Amino acid sequence: MTPTDPVRLYRAVRLIRRFEERAIELVRSGAIVGGIHPYLGQEGIAVGVCAALRADDLVTGTHRGHGHVLAKGADPARMLAELLGRVTGLNRGRGGSMHAADLGVGVLGANAIVGAAGSILTGAVWARRRRGDDIVGATFFGDGAVNEGMLLEAFNLAALWRVPVLFVCENNGYATTMPVEGAVAGTIGGRAEAFGMPAAVVDGQDPETVRLAASAAVDRMRAGGGPELIEARTYRFDAHHTFEHAVRLDYRAPEEVARGRSRDPVEIQGGRLADADRAAVDAEVEATLDAAVEFALASPEPDPAGALEYLYASGLVARMGGG
Amino acid sequence: MPRLSYRKALTRALADEMARDESVFLLGEDIRVAASNVTAGLLKKFGPERVLDTPLSEQAFTNFATGAALAGLRPVVEFQIPSLLFLVFEQIVNHAHKFPLMTGGQCAVPVTYLVPGSGSRTGWAGQHSDHPYSLFAHVGVTTLVPATPADAYGLLVSAIRHVDPVVLFAPAGAMDVRADVDFATLAPVPIGKGRVHRAGDDVTVVAVGHLVHDALAVAEELAGQVSVEVFDPRTLYPFDWDGLTESVARTGRLVVVDDSNRSCGIAGEIMATVVERVRLLAPPRRVTRPDGAVLPFAPALDRAVQPGREQLTAAIQLTMKDG
Ligand SMILES: Cc1ncc(C[n+]2csc(CCOP(=O)(O)OP(=O)(O)O)c2C)c(N)n1
Ligand SMILES: [Mg+2]
Repeated sequence: MTPTDPVRLYRAVRLIRRFEERAIELVRSGAIVGGIHPYLGQEGIAVGVCAALRADDLVTGTHRGHGHVLAKGADPARMLAELLGRVTGLNRGRGGSMHAADLGVGVLGANAIVGAAGSILTGAVWARRRRGDDIVGATFFGDGAVNEGMLLEAFNLAALWRVPVLFVCENNGYATTMPVEGAVAGTIGGRAEAFGMPAAVVDGQDPETVRLAASAAVDRMRAGGGPELIEARTYRFDAHHTFEHAVRLDYRAPEEVARGRSRDPVEIQGGRLADADRAAVDAEVEATLDAAVEFALASPEPDPAGALEYLYASGLVARMGGG
Repeated sequence: MPRLSYRKALTRALADEMARDESVFLLGEDIRVAASNVTAGLLKKFGPERVLDTPLSEQAFTNFATGAALAGLRPVVEFQIPSLLFLVFEQIVNHAHKFPLMTGGQCAVPVTYLVPGSGSRTGWAGQHSDHPYSLFAHVGVTTLVPATPADAYGLLVSAIRHVDPVVLFAPAGAMDVRADVDFATLAPVPIGKGRVHRAGDDVTVVAVGHLVHDALAVAEELAGQVSVEVFDPRTLYPFDWDGLTESVARTGRLVVVDDSNRSCGIAGEIMATVVERVRLLAPPRRVTRPDGAVLPFAPALDRAVQPGREQLTAAIQLTMKDG
């Protein structure tokens, strides 16, 4: 287990928090089209889990995926450029918010099909292990995904073939507007246990708690153990998607939101730092993001002539649609 | 000269590629004991890590193959029933096919999906008799439908070596075809290249998969009256438009025989593209399954719904009468 480094964890949650707040401003200004699914409030999970991983370990994220990509080590400037659809973006402007990927740091992509990524990651980790790499993987998914058959099939394959994948459920209480109680029969951990997988429930608002649980699981997996599940209880501070900023959906009482927001991962981790250290990290993060915004806004937009570039790795050129 | 069956040609292609390239492995249901008879002998030769028998979890193991491909392997996924492709259409189209573009060229997904026994199997009724190759051509996944043993060998080899996802349909109606083959001449067949099986002057008949054999029989029957050229596209996507244009520009007439449902089947695309390029002497015709066809069980009903030789003969004669 790696020793606690409170400053590192704080820097990571603070970076994601401010990245998301900046991104929301850019949605409002129109620079980001299509909106985003903000990760606000859930930062401690991606940060805690990725702090337990090595650089060569693999992860997959979700539609609410900025935090996963950043926590695994992607460059915030190129991530932001991706959200703006610029050629300098991680995916050269071809993926956007929901598909941001950085294979160079082990992110096999945010994936916008709920429940899909777990099976992809299981195959990738299995393949790398077969080659002799002692890597592990972590796949993030929401409480909505635990009712997708594809994910439950992945639980079975990973457990059956002892593929070291950490299944990380970010239980924020809702799938869009559907409360967990209205959707999940039995329990989330019970699904894992049915496949013989250890399951733990952790406080997802505390990055250090998440890190400890993830490190313990990763250590067991690296030592030859099979997959495990962590259900991280959390709360989404903002909208399901920024479209909610314009269209009010009535599904969470204001008191509930206030209660949820009172346990803030940035404050919880920040409270572990001396004031001066915290202020220094905040300033550093702000400078990083100022530069990222400047970089992204100054980056060129892709040439429409190349709209279907990268469609085929084989270089096949598809027929275009004109007369 | 030795006889090679279509089925054995597939087995041979798998064995040769597995021997040539360590990264090739097979996964699917009951492939250990070769229930479809295509993977016969491969477990013994290559072991259970490379002949991976899966639980009945098509969606997860299709994504698992995508993940393994992202990690550098070349999976070949066998599906027992063509309609299972409906179950995994999401995984093939939404993930394997989209990853290269969505990641801005960060990855390739070299997976082969092998469907031994596609189309009617006579007596297997509604849920085992589909032939959904047009769906894959429509979404732009490389789609192969070999008609002969040598092409089955050569196209499967090319599929496995290809860097993009490929679906290879081995029609039930062709699986028992045998041909005299000099094994020394077995070689990869280029993807996207059609083949003229029989040269003719009056009409080009485009026949897909097992229907190539019907088209050749009809051409022989009509030999005294009409000179029929039989064009086998072999690859439906990317289609050999230049090869077909060359043929139709010579004959001036086009008839397509295609085991797809009529609406939005590949025959429609073939006719549309030809009339965009060539001034024909007579309106083109197609022989297909009916709109929305579900194959009924009783053999006479099953046959009535499939494109047959009488219909093809009539279509050729009508086309000749038209101009
Ligand atoms: C398979 C699938 N079904 C539906 C959707 C539409 N959708 C996108 S996000 C979402 C809710 C997901 O909830 P959850 O898994 O709890 O994640 P959260 O949004 O709470 O982070 C839905 C229904 C989708 N993208 N994929
Ligand atoms: Mg949720």
